[in-house]
Parts: sequence; C-alpha cells; structure tokens
Amino acid sequence: MIQVTNLTKRFGRFTAVDNLTFTVESGEAVAFWGANGAGKTTAVRCLLNFFPYEGEIVINGLDARKQSKHVRRLIGFVPQELSFHHDMSVAETLVFYARLKKVPDGFDFEPLLTKLRLTDHIDKKVGELSGGLKQRLALAVALLSDPPILVLDEPTASLDIRAREEFLLLLRELKQAGKTMIFSSHHLEEITALADRVLLLEAGRLVVDAPPDQLERRLGWETTLHLYLPETGIEPAMTTLAGLGMPVSRNGRGIRVQVAPGAKGRVFRVLQDAGVAVEDFAVE
Amino acid sequence: MMDFETVFILIQKELRDAFRNRWFILYTVAFAILSMTLAWFSVSGAGSFGVAGFGRTTAGLINLILLIVPLMGLSLGALSLAGERENGTLAYMLAQPINGAELLLGKYIGLALALAAALVIGFGLTGLLMVIAGSGGDFLIYVTLLALSLLLAVASLSLGLLISATVKRAATAVGLALFLWLILVYFGDLGLMGTSVVMNLKVGQLFGLALINPLQVFKIAAVLDLRDNLEVLGPAGIYAFRTYGAALWPLLVGLLVVWAVVPFLLATQVFKKKGVL
Repeated sequence: MIQVTNLTKRFGRFTAVDNLTFTVESGEAVAFWGANGAGKTTAVRCLLNFFPYEGEIVINGLDARKQSKHVRRLIGFVPQELSFHHDMSVAETLVFYARLKKVPDGFDFEPLLTKLRLTDHIDKKVGELSGGLKQRLALAVALLSDPPILVLDEPTASLDIRAREEFLLLLRELKQAGKTMIFSSHHLEEITALADRVLLLEAGRLVVDAPPDQLERRLGWETTLHLYLPETGIEPAMTTLAGLGMPVSRNGRGIRVQVAPGAKGRVFRVLQDAGVAVEDFAVE
Repeated sequence: MMDFETVFILIQKELRDAFRNRWFILYTVAFAILSMTLAWFSVSGAGSFGVAGFGRTTAGLINLILLIVPLMGLSLGALSLAGERENGTLAYMLAQPINGAELLLGKYIGLALALAAALVIGFGLTGLLMVIAGSGGDFLIYVTLLALSLLLAVASLSLGLLISATVKRAATAVGLALFLWLILVYFGDLGLMGTSVVMNLKVGQLFGLALINPLQVFKIAAVLDLRDNLEVLGPAGIYAFRTYGAALWPLLVGLLVVWAVVPFLLATQVFKKKGVL
C-alpha cells in the first residue's frame, strides 16, 4: 500500500531524513520511533508532500509528489500540534473540512460524533476545547471521508495520561476495523500497544525495522525487574536467579534483577518452581 | 488541475475570517469615518466656494486612499499565509485534498472581495452623505475612483501575499509590509524628486520612474479621472498627457492590473518552491 524508497529530506546543510526505505502493507500499523529530532515528523510530512524531497513515495500506486492531491484523499491526518481555526465551532470545523474532502451532501455526522464523544461539544468554539477533545476532533476530521490510511504525527504528545489512554483505545478500534496506520511517537508503551512494526530512526536514518516484541532483543536492551517478595523469599530468590546467571541484588523489601530481552517471564517461572511467591513487581 | 469548487470553499472561509478580523474591521471603520469626515468638510465648503461636492471629495479622497488602502492590502496579504504558517493551520489545510495554487487563489480572491467590501462600504456611506447633503457633481468620476481604489487594494494585497509567501513569521511579514508601505507612500514622491535632482533626469525618465510605484500609478490615474488632464502634476504630468494621449488611461489601468497579477504569480511560485513550512 505504501512504498517509500530512498527518501531524503535536507533543510540546508541539515539532513532530517536520510535515505529512508520501507513499505507498509494494507491494514498494518507502523510506528516511527525515535528521540526528538530523529526525523519522525519530517518523514510523516514527506508522505503528505508538505515540502520537496528526494526519493520516491508511492501510495496505492500513486506518486505522492506528482499526484499529491489524490494521495491526500486516501489519507486522514492527525497533527502533532492542534492546528484548527480557534474561532470556528466544532460544527463549523467539521463542515468546512467535510466540504474540502468532498464528503457528499447529507452526510450523517452523528455516528462519528458519537463514536468520538463530541456530540455534547458541537457548538463550542475550538479554542474552548481541552487538549483531549481537540485531538478527538482532529481524528473526527481525519475520518470524515473514511480514508483507508491514517497518518498521525505524535498524536498523544499533548495529552494527559487518561486522555492518552482513551485516544489509544480509539486508535486500536480503528486498527481492528482495518485502517492502515503510520504514526510517530516517542512513547514506547504507545508503540507496543498499537504498532505491528516499529521503524526506529536515529539522526534521520532507519536503524531498526522490527515488530515491537523484538525491539528490545534487536537493540540488545536489558530490562530491570523490581520484585517485591516476603522477607523469607528474598534469599532463595537471589540464589535461584544468580544460579541462572542473572545479575541480581537486594533492593529494600525485594530484589532487583537484570533480565535479557524476551526473558521476563522466565524469572517468574523459575521463582514459582522454587516456591517463592512474588507479591508485586515493577519494570524499569 | 485547479478545482474551482475547492477555491470557492476557501474564498468563503477567507471572507468569513476577514469579517471576524479586528484589524480588518478597524481599517474598514477608519476608512469609512475618515472619508465621511472629508466629504462633510467638502460639502460644508461647497456652499461658500461653489465647488461641486463630489469633485472636491474625490480630490480629498485620493490622498486618503493613498494612505489607507495600500496599508489594508499589504498588511492583510502579509498576515494571510505567514500567520497561518506560524500557527500550523496552513500545514493542516494542505494535508487535505487541496493544492497550494487552490489555497493561494482562494485566499487572494477571498481577501480581495473583503477589501472590496470595505471600500464599497466607505465609498457608499460617503456618497450617501453627499447625496443627503444635496451635493452635486459627476458621480461617474466618483465610481471610477472606487474602481481604481479596488485595483490599488488588490495590487497591495498581491504584494502582501508575496511577502507572506517568502517569510516564515507573521511578525516579520507584517514588519516588511509596513516597511514597503512606508517606502511606497512616503519615499515615493521624495525619492522621485531626489533622484531627478541628483541624476539630472529628463522629464520622460522621471515619468517612467513614477510608473514603477503602483501608488504613483494610482495617483496619476485618479488625477486623470478627476481633471481630464495632468497639469496639476507638473512637467512630468504634462509630458505624459502629451506623449501618450488617449493611451495613457489604459496604460495606467493596465499597470495596476500588472501589479495585481505579477506579485501574486510570483507568490505562487515561491510557495510552491518553499513548501508549507
């Protein structure tokens, strides 16, 4: 569905995206992940042909540069910064963008408003909405013409934890409904919750292209598990885990153990086999 | 390919935005009040001096238009793209299925119509005041001045849009627009006089130099509209009237049209090259 080949974007001497090549299949959710300045937003903006770039982007067989208007009909975009006209009401905003997207006359906005819980806010000015509501409005606008592809640039960056959870739930529903998604984020939990594949960018370059569960392994990361145990279980637990070669140390009312990628479950299994009850745990 | 339905939607939005823009409202009200005040004084003086109200008012209006109309066009044009670029709405709009040319044309026509509405309100109220006061005169001259003012407004808007397409920040765009306004309004006459003295310009060269400034073009056209000759403008005016004769009016109007079109076309090219950001 989406083919990106040798995508490069330079701003003067600065190379924001460097020779990026990837594909996204229909119905797949792919995340750009990386630190600030890694090139995530620039890559997203190239998909929408916001500025000239080198390389090739083909979406549904259409050249994103030469047929950008047709390509944008296939895409619903949710920006990082909430970029509406603040003096327009929610209703005016939806009608304006529906007209631009050539949504047929007589379109029933009600199901969309209900799904995104915007019905009660329809007469409010956009400037009066909370961050979470604005982001839901952005998603409503993106979904107006029921596009097959959603492009989301750091969609939860300005949301609090609760609003973020709600928004992610909506995105998961859309993914299940078959939408193809490309989104950028620097929140790992967002990526694990939503993405089928993660494209890790560093200084504009693609460093890793892997499913989220393989990310830690591919990056060679170790996770630190904090296990809270009864006093009587601490010594046996430390002996058992040290015997398996895991770096382990005492930490307050429990232990701290460093675990290789993909091996967190093993820690719990061996402790259960050794008869040590884990009261609680935290992952670092 | 240009989609005129999209352009029409964008024109409607620009008009709506302009009528909610406090600067636009301020300009409209200021222009209406000043032109009506001018008309009031002209009409008051007409009784004692026996001069036709419309003619006197038109003459007075030329200077008012030279000050206010370019300021309106330049500042609204300068704010249009740069302001939306700065707050992110431009990028968001262009993430929709529209292209840059449609966006720019929609903005240009929408703002031009808003400026036209402001001028029609000002001219209309002033004309109404004069009719109520029983002032006589050639109404056609007055309407022609309105048409010339519209051309000047659109030419200024076109220049403002070019500034807006070139810079990133709204404050920079407005600053540049004000600077250009100062040059066109205040340094136009002085610059011409100074240059002609220093360079020892011939009268034809001086007239040619005047045509570079759209405000001078408007002024010459407006004086021609009012008096049917350019003697009031001195040797350069007399030279122009004798040299170009009947071709002078279409030349001046044509130049204003060029000023309205060329900067806009340049703005579309700059916008295309620079992209949204």
